[in-house]
Amino acid sequence: MNAAQHRTIAIVGLTAPAYLWLALTVLLPLCAMLYFSFLTFSPMGGHESEFTLKHYASFFEKRIYWYNAWRSIELAMYVTTLCLVVGYPAALGLAKYVKGRWREAIFLLIILPFWSNALVRTFSWTMVLREPLNLLFTYPAIIIGLVHAYLPYAILTCYISLQAIDDALIEAARSLGATQAQAFRRVTLPLSMPGVLAAIFLIFVPVIGSFMEPRILGGKDAIMLGPIIEGQFNAAFNWPLGAALSFTMLTIVLLIILAASPLLRRQLART
Amino acid sequence: MGRIVKPYLGVVLAFLYLPIGVMILMAFNRSALYELPFTFDLVWFKALLSNQRLMQASWNSVWIATINAVIATILGTFAAYAFARFEFRAKRVLQLLLFPPITIPWLIIGTSMLIFFFWTGIGRGLHAILLGHVALSLPYVVVVVGARLASFGPQLEEAAATLGATPMQVFLRVTVPVLAPGIVAAALFAFAVSFDQFVISYFLAPPGTSTLPVEIYTAIRKGFTPEINAISSIIILVSMGLMLIVARLYKFGGDQA
Repeated sequence: MNAAQHRTIAIVGLTAPAYLWLALTVLLPLCAMLYFSFLTFSPMGGHESEFTLKHYASFFEKRIYWYNAWRSIELAMYVTTLCLVVGYPAALGLAKYVKGRWREAIFLLIILPFWSNALVRTFSWTMVLREPLNLLFTYPAIIIGLVHAYLPYAILTCYISLQAIDDALIEAARSLGATQAQAFRRVTLPLSMPGVLAAIFLIFVPVIGSFMEPRILGGKDAIMLGPIIEGQFNAAFNWPLGAALSFTMLTIVLLIILAASPLLRRQLART
Repeated sequence: MGRIVKPYLGVVLAFLYLPIGVMILMAFNRSALYELPFTFDLVWFKALLSNQRLMQASWNSVWIATINAVIATILGTFAAYAFARFEFRAKRVLQLLLFPPITIPWLIIGTSMLIFFFWTGIGRGLHAILLGHVALSLPYVVVVVGARLASFGPQLEEAAATLGATPMQVFLRVTVPVLAPGIVAAALFAFAVSFDQFVISYFLAPPGTSTLPVEIYTAIRKGFTPEINAISSIIILVSMGLMLIVARLYKFGGDQA
């Protein structure tokens, strides 16, 4: 056996176990779901099932589906915007105005809750939002819970790109006569855009697919695409319809990423 | 500008920790209805110990997270090593394939696993949950171990090989020891990913068997019980503690060299 063959065996041996696992648990299941979404019934338990497009058609025909898909998108826009409005200044302050051990400590404190249990954190809001605030089971409760869940993402990604900006660039702008606001708008903000875009992507996508937070905090305002899909699998047991709705959601997510990608590429090219 | 930064960061931190603090406080409050005044009591922690369902679910969660950490760390370290030390054509594609498990909403991943596992006869259960958790942990392990691998070149390994070590010896006696902090961080990370995972477990748990987050969700949906506060407080303290250890071993995005 020669060296090239050794090398090939090493590469295949090292990567195959992980990728076979991913194929079995992610790739094949997604294919199976795509197949199911075109069937009249689940092909299990002796059901005869045929090819159909009716599940996809019903997404456009029935208001309950497209309207609630829009509600999910709308929720994701609110949550993403709020996370950035609150998170960007925090990241900026942390990256440019706090130094040394304080910075490290605060940074750690911000990302710590982010790695703890999302379900438990959502549950903890039920204790704060009940009486006397009386916000529990309302739309704002869902937004508060989700902003709480994803704010650390926004701070983390903005902080990483802000921290990488050389202070000399900002000083140069200032010494050439730019005001503090101008220096921020023309130097700091454009250079930190990759972090902002990463935050948008990392928050928008999971919020569209959220169902646990709306269910726990939202009461009757929880009706949106995520909980509806969950219902098809755990209550209505209409798996083909659930699969079609899942794929529609995935398509919406991909379209949004695709729409954002020229912007993303331009940003990457600039940096 | 500098003067308002610290108060602002204080407000942000208060927002992040407020609900967690309230929940932990209420776990030690005697009233079952979260009524004030606060009376310190351990009654809910005692109740927790006699709650068979929650104890069984906790045990399941710890076991799955442990086995998941072992499997994901081994498979992920192998893959990360291949990416760091070899150039090959499929590399870019393989690296891109790590993204779907962490970027596609869990709801979609979870329901597709349910369909596929049910259809093929793998079925639901703790084994199915484990299959899913490893898939979610793998990308993180590859990234964390990969970052550590990138921080030292192949020179050490080449030196060992020149001195007569076999490839296996090089891997076990040189690569693994140098990688150790990255591997430990990745393993703790994988443990946390699994221990905290709710959505996928929720779809793959058959009636009667569950992990801790699934059991907690069921309890929340049925109505509030302060025992849930007690177990939730334990969970949140354990996972934050774990992450503090990881942060010591491996600096996330901080002032790393």
